[in-house]
Amino acid sequence: MVAPATLRVVRCGGSTLHGARAVFSADSYLLCASGDFVKMYSVATEETLRVMGGHADLVTGIQLNPHNHMQLYSSSVDGSIKLWDFMDGIPIKTFVVGSKLLALYALACCEDSVFVVIPKHGERDTFQLVSVKLTKAAGQDLEAKELSVVLDGVDASPKRIAFGREGEYVASVKDVNLQVYFFKQKQLNRFSVSATKTKSGNNHFTCIACHPTEDCIATGHADGKIRLWRNFYHKKEYTFSTLHWHHDTVMDLAFSMEGTSLLSGGVESVLVLWHNESDCQKDFLPRLGSAIEYISMSSDGALCCTLHTDNRITIINSNLRFSKSIQGLIKSTDVKTGLVVDPRTKALVLNGEPGHLQFYCLQSDQQLFSLDIVQRQYIHQAGLNQADLVKVAFSAQGKWLATVEEREEVTDPELQLKLWFYDEETQSFKLNTRINMPHEDHITDMCFRNMDELEDDSLILVTAGKDCVFKVWVMVEDTDPEAQQSVSWSCDFVGSYHNYQATNCCFSEDGSLLAVSFEETVTVWDSVTWDLKCTFCHPPGKIRNICFGRLTCSKYLIGATDYGFLCCWNLLSCALEWSAHLNVLVLQPDPLSEHIAAVSWLSKESSLFVFKPNEPRPIYIQRNLCKEKIQLAAFVPRDEPETIGSEKYLWLRRSQLFFLTDTQELMTLSTKSLEERLTPSSKQLAVEESLAVTPFSLLLGKHRRQQSQEDIDLGKLVVRNKHEQDSPAVKELLHTPAHVLPSASFLCPIFINSLLISKENKSAEEFADEVEMESEKTEDDSDEERDVTETEQEDTSPMELLGEMTCKLSKSQEKELRKIRKMDYSWISAF
Amino acid sequence: MATYKPVVVQAFPKLGERITQDTVYWRGYKTPVQIKEFGAVNKIDFSPVPPYNYAVTASSRIHIYGRYSQEPIKTFSRFKDAAYCATHRDDGNLLVAGSEEGSIRLFDINGKAPLRQFDGHTKAVHVVGFLSDKYRIFSGGDDYSSNLWDIPSATEIVSYSEHTDYVRCGCASKVNADVFITGSYDHTVKLFDARTKSSVMTIEHGQPVESVLLFPSGGLLVSAGGRYVKVWDVLKGGQLLVSLKNHHKTVTCLCLNSSGQRLLSGSLDRHVKIYSTTSYKVVHSFNYATSILSLALSPEDETIVVGMTNGVLNIKHRKPEERKEKSRKKRQPAYRTYVKGRTYMPKQEDFCVSKPVKRVLRKYDKLLKSFQSSKALDAVLEPPIRLYTPEVTVAVMQELHRRGTLRSALAGRDEKQVNLLLTFVARRVIEPRFTPVLVMVADMITDIYQPVVGQSAIVDRQFLRLQEAIGKEIDYQEELLEVLGMMDTLFATFTKKRATYLEENKSNGLTETIETNMNN
Repeated sequence: MVAPATLRVVRCGGSTLHGARAVFSADSYLLCASGDFVKMYSVATEETLRVMGGHADLVTGIQLNPHNHMQLYSSSVDGSIKLWDFMDGIPIKTFVVGSKLLALYALACCEDSVFVVIPKHGERDTFQLVSVKLTKAAGQDLEAKELSVVLDGVDASPKRIAFGREGEYVASVKDVNLQVYFFKQKQLNRFSVSATKTKSGNNHFTCIACHPTEDCIATGHADGKIRLWRNFYHKKEYTFSTLHWHHDTVMDLAFSMEGTSLLSGGVESVLVLWHNESDCQKDFLPRLGSAIEYISMSSDGALCCTLHTDNRITIINSNLRFSKSIQGLIKSTDVKTGLVVDPRTKALVLNGEPGHLQFYCLQSDQQLFSLDIVQRQYIHQAGLNQADLVKVAFSAQGKWLATVEEREEVTDPELQLKLWFYDEETQSFKLNTRINMPHEDHITDMCFRNMDELEDDSLILVTAGKDCVFKVWVMVEDTDPEAQQSVSWSCDFVGSYHNYQATNCCFSEDGSLLAVSFEETVTVWDSVTWDLKCTFCHPPGKIRNICFGRLTCSKYLIGATDYGFLCCWNLLSCALEWSAHLNVLVLQPDPLSEHIAAVSWLSKESSLFVFKPNEPRPIYIQRNLCKEKIQLAAFVPRDEPETIGSEKYLWLRRSQLFFLTDTQELMTLSTKSLEERLTPSSKQLAVEESLAVTPFSLLLGKHRRQQSQEDIDLGKLVVRNKHEQDSPAVKELLHTPAHVLPSASFLCPIFINSLLISKENKSAEEFADEVEMESEKTEDDSDEERDVTETEQEDTSPMELLGEMTCKLSKSQEKELRKIRKMDYSWISAF
Repeated sequence: MATYKPVVVQAFPKLGERITQDTVYWRGYKTPVQIKEFGAVNKIDFSPVPPYNYAVTASSRIHIYGRYSQEPIKTFSRFKDAAYCATHRDDGNLLVAGSEEGSIRLFDINGKAPLRQFDGHTKAVHVVGFLSDKYRIFSGGDDYSSNLWDIPSATEIVSYSEHTDYVRCGCASKVNADVFITGSYDHTVKLFDARTKSSVMTIEHGQPVESVLLFPSGGLLVSAGGRYVKVWDVLKGGQLLVSLKNHHKTVTCLCLNSSGQRLLSGSLDRHVKIYSTTSYKVVHSFNYATSILSLALSPEDETIVVGMTNGVLNIKHRKPEERKEKSRKKRQPAYRTYVKGRTYMPKQEDFCVSKPVKRVLRKYDKLLKSFQSSKALDAVLEPPIRLYTPEVTVAVMQELHRRGTLRSALAGRDEKQVNLLLTFVARRVIEPRFTPVLVMVADMITDIYQPVVGQSAIVDRQFLRLQEAIGKEIDYQEELLEVLGMMDTLFATFTKKRATYLEENKSNGLTETIETNMNN
């Protein structure tokens, strides 16, 4: 039973994956730092196998233990280094360093120490590379205070330090300086390039990589050049050669395992493979989707993976062939579309790749599909004005999708309104109508008239624009039977109000009224005749959001204004019902209930208010929801209503609230405690399923299936067998750890007793027993239900249930049963 | 990993009339042959038997023309005054015609003198015709009477005096030998049965009836009068089926095509309209030089002959069907080479190797893919693309602008190329679908090549042409706005029409962009 826990803000949808370079384990798993967690993916199936949580803050570095390939070091901003057994997902040791750790390096030659980057004590923005001695003492939580500074004045980014051939030297870059420290000689060489500023940027160092076998350092620069340094033993006679293909910053470099080739990636989202360190031999893997943040190679050199800025991992074969892509919620630079829920798949829909719409499944934390809306080649180049998706709306059943894309121009924006039809055959959206320049200026809002029954013919789309009009688009049947598509969309009505800019639009639940806000005024229009019915105003302050109440509260219209007012108007009396002083950023009605969620921004913290329009007192208030500004929110309907203990959280029963912050973190509210959410069973299952099908498993699987078949055939006898397995004694015996079990001699009689084939009534008794337990469970549930909704009818009592289930037994038998059951319990309690 | 996305060439819906099967069919005529007659052509009648000669009644003569003859094969000119309505019998052997003096004459098609003469009408006879039994003739005259004549005895069988005005048109039923109809200027169409003493049905058309027509089935009747063409259901007792008002002057003649699927009507407004007889919508229309009085279509729609008020006979022959099989000389691979292996279903133990689908990119796309902006622009400025698919050229220009490389692609061109570019821009900039992009391109070209103005006469001339084109367009738009303003005042006096606001906004926006660009 769920205890009435407090509501917690839970991060979901995966945090940024680009905290550190990804690491390939020896047996084709990919480990990746993701927010506070370390995630393990299967390279073969792209599945998330394990999420290892334990750090209290962002994970900044992960490295395999060079002495044990089944172990992993991870460092975090919270100042600890953890050693994980990633196959089982358990932390082995925790070393507390004390100060923020910004990068982690582990070397094979240094047996008991790792290198970390920490901020220099007492100085801001200066960092130093230190080696940390990891004590071998027993125990889980250890202090690691033995720090020795290796390099001073390094950069915080993990890309800007690299260890050379067999750990003989360490190289670090910062701004225009390269410093190389040789461990054996204890010699520090400094080199610098003259700072120049060209059109494409300055020549600051951005990343560094060391050749695995030779003394060669490759550095990437902000102007797109790659320099290969040699002879850096000498302070003067060093040499470098330049490779130049990138037109923008080189984001990361990686040498192949043998050092014969060099991989580089940058903003262009092209992975470049340089052969033999020469300028003329290079291969490309273009159009990887977004800027490459990190490149890492697997230890056998067969695979390479790139981490992208939009939160995606691409796995690439050694012959530079695209292999797999692991993607969760793609982080686009700006979520202009808002959070929209696809009625068909219940997926969250928002901007994905540039020009694409991503359908993100919340349950499985993966992208269902990405719909190309703009259908144009995206050029990865800074400063280009490219068309992007700004508005999305779904019809009630998800049959129609309307999208607006725009391209910012100096004179006038380039706008396109597209209407997509869901094709059942291909299971995807198909472009039906494209409207060039639907408005003269930006489109501020768009909505469908959601009428469930009348999906086909009376579907109406309304767009509100900055050109001071709102337009009503309707479907028109094509009269020509020879035409390929029978319907298209065209403008039906253009409305305006005193030449004010239209800012929001919204249909009432039954679709009879349309509310359009024009700057400070809300206008209400009849959706049949398009007559202006009434206007509402709450000066001063422009209307920021409007929405209609639902179900019992459908006579109310809610509006939020710029100067921090939340107003509720009664549509029947055309009067202000109530207003509240609240700086509302997001106003989101729950589609399945009357509740409306308002997120406000007050003095550097976001607060959540949930209210019903018919009463001004909020049902639920959560102050300090998060520190970031919340940009968008959406209610996602649950598949089945959740049982919620406390009356306070009733509004979360039918749908779940998700919100997106400024920093593009997707969060939700959960009543469950942390342990419940992280049930490992599902993940365990995933591992089992992902196991390769061997001949042995096939054989065994077949055998098992056969057995179960036989079980069914044999009937009664086997039922008993099952019960034996299920019997508490055996369960206890099998599931208790060996070291806490009593002596075998004590256990033996119990075990043998349990294996004895009991008499007829015994098995029946057990059956009844089970039913009893089950019914107890239902009792619990129903209790809970009663907690939840007082109004709900009381469930069928457990006694009745029992009677029904065991109606075959006579009363005397039942009595007997109960007697025996008591005895039964007693010998269990002997444990 | 995404593949390269080719440049999207925006398709615009084709404005104007849509090309349908009908348009193709009715356009398939050669340029017309014109023959001058002596007076207004009041009747054209095709012989129902091959070689489908046709009789043209104009003034006091009846000319018989052969299929391709420019000169009449035969002439009947025994009329003192105007002859009317020369009509062939079903077997094509006899010809009957009315006349101004009131007598009806029957000719053998091969003879010269009339075989019979029927006297009885006191005034001009404008309509005569054979009944379908071939032995009787009906007629209608300006003495308001409709008569029925026996050919062998040349006597009047019956005379109906039911109309109250001139009888000017008529037609006999093809299915019943006793039934004929006449239309009169008294606004009625009357249906007569030779077996009865009076009319069996009267249909009120509403205007003086100029022409009537019965469908081959005899069930539907078409009457034309005033600006209306009306279709009546005879079997339902003369119920109005549909009323067509597609002409803006009196409809003078009606005609069915050979299949009976299309109805043609000619009018004084110089148009011949073709209706579908299923939907009664106009599917095609012909335009002529002067008002049309008569119209006839040969069997198989081989020839359309139209007679006008100024005596001109306009003859259109159908183009011979193009033989497509002959032109295809190159032997194509057999069909089976294409389908070979396509239908093969892989078995369970088969290991499938899928061949990657090779996508063929256009030349400009290949160049754009490798970021060769200048060359991509060159590729779309080549004659076939530039001339026949300017939308591709404009789409590539827009794409280059999107990539921010349009300026560099336009720059650094020699006289010839600049000339080419400017010719293209000057020619296409006034097309509304290209205006936004091309105005920007013109802007850039002016910017880039400003320093070299005056060095080349050709380029200077092109600049002037561009200026002229834009100037003209601005004048035109201003005029349009004026018209719109006038229309707005008109609309305002009637009812509030919402759609006009939208149109106004649109056109305003367009002119504004042009004007701002000119100001630049």
